[in-house]
Amino acid sequence: MAHDILHNSEWEAVIGLEVHCQLMTHSKIFSGAAIQYGAEPNTQACAVDLALPGVLPVLNEDAVRKAVTFGLSVDAKIAERCVFARKHYFYPDLPKGYQISQYELPIVYEGKLTIELEDGSTKTIGITRAHLEEDAGKSMHENFSNATGIDLNRAGTPLIEIVSEPDIRTAQEAVAYLKKLHQLVVYLGVCDGNMQEGSFRCDANVSVRKRGAAKFGTRTETKNVNSFRYVEKAIEYEIGRQIEVIEGGGTIRQETRLFNPDSGETRAMRSKEDANDYRYFPDPDLLPVVCTQDYIDAIRGSLPELPEAKRARFEKDFGLSPYDAKTLTSSRELAAYYETVVKESAADPKLCANWVSTDLLAVLNKSGKEIDTSPISAVALAGLLQRIADKTISGKIAKDVFEAMVAGEGGADDIIKAKGLVQITDESAIIKAIDEVIAKSPEQVAGYRSGKDKLFGFFVGQVMKATQGKANPDAVNRLLKEKLLG
Amino acid sequence: MHTLSIAELAAGLRARKFSARELAQTFLDRIAQHDGALNSFISVTAEQALVQADAADAALAAGTAAALTGIPLAQKDIFCTQGVRTSCGSKMLDSFVAPYNATIVDKLQAPSPQGAGMVMLGKANMDEFAMGSSNETSFYGPVKNPWDLERVPGGSSGGSVAAVAAGLAPVATATDTGGSIRQPASLTNLTGIKPTYGRVSRYGMIAFASSLDQAGVVARSAEDAAYVLQAMSGFDPRDSTSVDRPVDDYVAALNGSIKGLKIGLPKEYFAEGLDPGARTLIEAAIKQYEALGATVHDISLPSSPLSVPTYYVVAPAEASSNLARFDGVRYGHRAEGAKTLEELYKRSRGEGFGAEVQRRIMIGTYVLSHGYFDAYYLKAQKVRRLIYEDFKRAFETVDLVLGPTATGTAFKIGSKTDDPVAMYMNDIYTIAANLAGIPAMSLPCGFVDGLPVGMQLMGNFFSEARMLNAAHQYQLATDFHKQSPKGFK
Repeated sequence: MAHDILHNSEWEAVIGLEVHCQLMTHSKIFSGAAIQYGAEPNTQACAVDLALPGVLPVLNEDAVRKAVTFGLSVDAKIAERCVFARKHYFYPDLPKGYQISQYELPIVYEGKLTIELEDGSTKTIGITRAHLEEDAGKSMHENFSNATGIDLNRAGTPLIEIVSEPDIRTAQEAVAYLKKLHQLVVYLGVCDGNMQEGSFRCDANVSVRKRGAAKFGTRTETKNVNSFRYVEKAIEYEIGRQIEVIEGGGTIRQETRLFNPDSGETRAMRSKEDANDYRYFPDPDLLPVVCTQDYIDAIRGSLPELPEAKRARFEKDFGLSPYDAKTLTSSRELAAYYETVVKESAADPKLCANWVSTDLLAVLNKSGKEIDTSPISAVALAGLLQRIADKTISGKIAKDVFEAMVAGEGGADDIIKAKGLVQITDESAIIKAIDEVIAKSPEQVAGYRSGKDKLFGFFVGQVMKATQGKANPDAVNRLLKEKLLG
Repeated sequence: MHTLSIAELAAGLRARKFSARELAQTFLDRIAQHDGALNSFISVTAEQALVQADAADAALAAGTAAALTGIPLAQKDIFCTQGVRTSCGSKMLDSFVAPYNATIVDKLQAPSPQGAGMVMLGKANMDEFAMGSSNETSFYGPVKNPWDLERVPGGSSGGSVAAVAAGLAPVATATDTGGSIRQPASLTNLTGIKPTYGRVSRYGMIAFASSLDQAGVVARSAEDAAYVLQAMSGFDPRDSTSVDRPVDDYVAALNGSIKGLKIGLPKEYFAEGLDPGARTLIEAAIKQYEALGATVHDISLPSSPLSVPTYYVVAPAEASSNLARFDGVRYGHRAEGAKTLEELYKRSRGEGFGAEVQRRIMIGTYVLSHGYFDAYYLKAQKVRRLIYEDFKRAFETVDLVLGPTATGTAFKIGSKTDDPVAMYMNDIYTIAANLAGIPAMSLPCGFVDGLPVGMQLMGNFFSEARMLNAAHQYQLATDFHKQSPKGFK
């Protein structure tokens, strides 16, 4: 279990995160080129992406819609009028010599996100702003001798950069914030959340100060930390490093650092003195973006149910425990799966929850599959649970049927039929089995009748064995009691 | 053939008096004969022209021709033309063959009904990246004024005007960021119109200063200009700053009466600095307008003196940004033997850009820099607003504003090259229209010492039809625009 490394220390960390989140649009933010990941280099770069002389950007409305969608989901303000600005620097993977971004007037500002901490308490992290911008291309230094390859497929991919307030105090809070944000953007369908492909990237601003100090210390920015675990490690390393430097009499330099996942360390990349003067100014090729109240309201009306609301509803409507409700709402797909199971069967929603969150997720974890590629569809699982509900099979037999379904042997009813697993509810057949067991076990009968209650379990076991587990357990219990006491 | 108007050429083609091929060949022959003296073309696209002319002849024969089908033109070398070098007058793009057509190139040259079916003769010389008022900054050498080969034709559309004035092309496209259509038109006895910002697509037009650049036409008459502007104009979804609004019928509007037209005379445009000879001619033109039934009114555009300094903050700022893409990485000039990335950038740009372009990139970089932005760029934007307000107020009382286009006649080649500020003052009367985004045009109003003088008309947003109408009515009553330079008859 992770711990706050500064617990009981005189130091405290101040952390702010910048998250670059690729938007799931069909085409680029300012051109019609596609944005499929992993295409052959430079096959998804059109004249606009290559910054040929004379080309002009045209804003993709879907990117605006997705940014607004995100903004509304974090209770942020949506700018009535926002402006694209040019951010200038020279780099080979930046074809225009500037990135189109937003500077003074971002589309989303003043939002917030509430995270849950490990002790169960909650904390609200401010979101300063989220602005629209285009991604750069990629420089490829491998596979070329004495040269660098440039792939402009990614150039112009729409991003929102989500900037948090410096409200975060520990690496664990940072991870909780990131996970919450990640879940949210995936839920919203705004981002595919694929961290390995760089769809969701994080830069961490970290400084330390004496606990209770009013002023922030000098911060460093650690770039492109592309997993939750790395974020935690990078921040912890950086906190430790900064304290060590200060305690050793040194000062922290404002600089950009790079995290090395192999060593778990960060190293200086460039200092503030080397930083570019970006010479921001409003892009004269693009008009200000005006979001009318009607436009914003329409997007608000089409927002999906967010994780928090869904969780509350699951607890209320289905009587689930907070834990189960959280598990089942961890993704939109899983929640939809669960709701289908409940809808398609007459089984108790709590029973459905157990099956989905325990049995099904175990199978998925084991096979490394996602819910949308589950070997058992929601309707098929509902079919199985329906047979428990209508007492065709017992819960115990159902586990076997489930295994067979995973193995691809067919639907629940086919398997039950093929394997002759239908529960015996015919009392005369159960009584016959009980009579045989009693006849074979005179010692145990005598023992039970003399007060050894624990022997009851022995009889149940024997009857179930004699019926290959198919006897209805309630009936067995009832009839056994009658016979033994009678 | 080379003296016929566009309407006459169109009629001749339809009546089979000559074919589009013969017409194109006539102009190609004239280019071969005269352009050695003028240097008005960077590239002559003879083969392609004849192919386009043949297609035009086929369309004319098939009855699918548009109004301008088969009529030749010169394209300023700032417009991307697929498969043809598009240099923008710069060494930087000397090797750049555009893989696509600018929107206006398609609109003018694609066969009917997609386009107007015009025939491109070649790419016209220009100041490097349209930065200049004399066509002396071109990597391809200065263009000579057909009215006096020792003089400049104006700039930046110097090649476009020289070609049309000398009868090497019936009409040419041009662009205007601070006067680059109107000032050269004035210096070569042509009619040149810069429409409202957003009227003509900028897609495929190599950007100098995006918020000021606007494409237009230089022609031998308002009528010719009306035909071609009509074909170029219109909304383009690929240019976010183009305006989605129907295009007026410029040609149909030409013949309306201008009785009662209210013309404003801004006192700031008739202050000192204007050549006395030019002033006399413009005053005569005003009298002519009164004779045609217009009324004249004294007005004031008080922020006018701030135009030039405002422009020389805004335009270089945008240029420094727009020209950042020319880095030697993907296309254009790349320095040889660079050892580091920084060296590659510095040398490619240092070698590829001429002195004037470098000067403006440096000014622009400076005014956008941290700590200077507010004092320069932001302040300039505020002044720009004042200039716009001046015009807005003026157009509440008058229909058009009339004044000089340039301070005088064409100057000698080399006479101002060492004094950038003197060169910049050439555009003192033209810049305000770009800053305000309003349409403006220049038309001939006489000669001083055998050199042409132009007057300028400025109108409210999207008043091109009215401006062209006023110009045409003046040209019906005068014959200055019919004069052509000796030696190019």
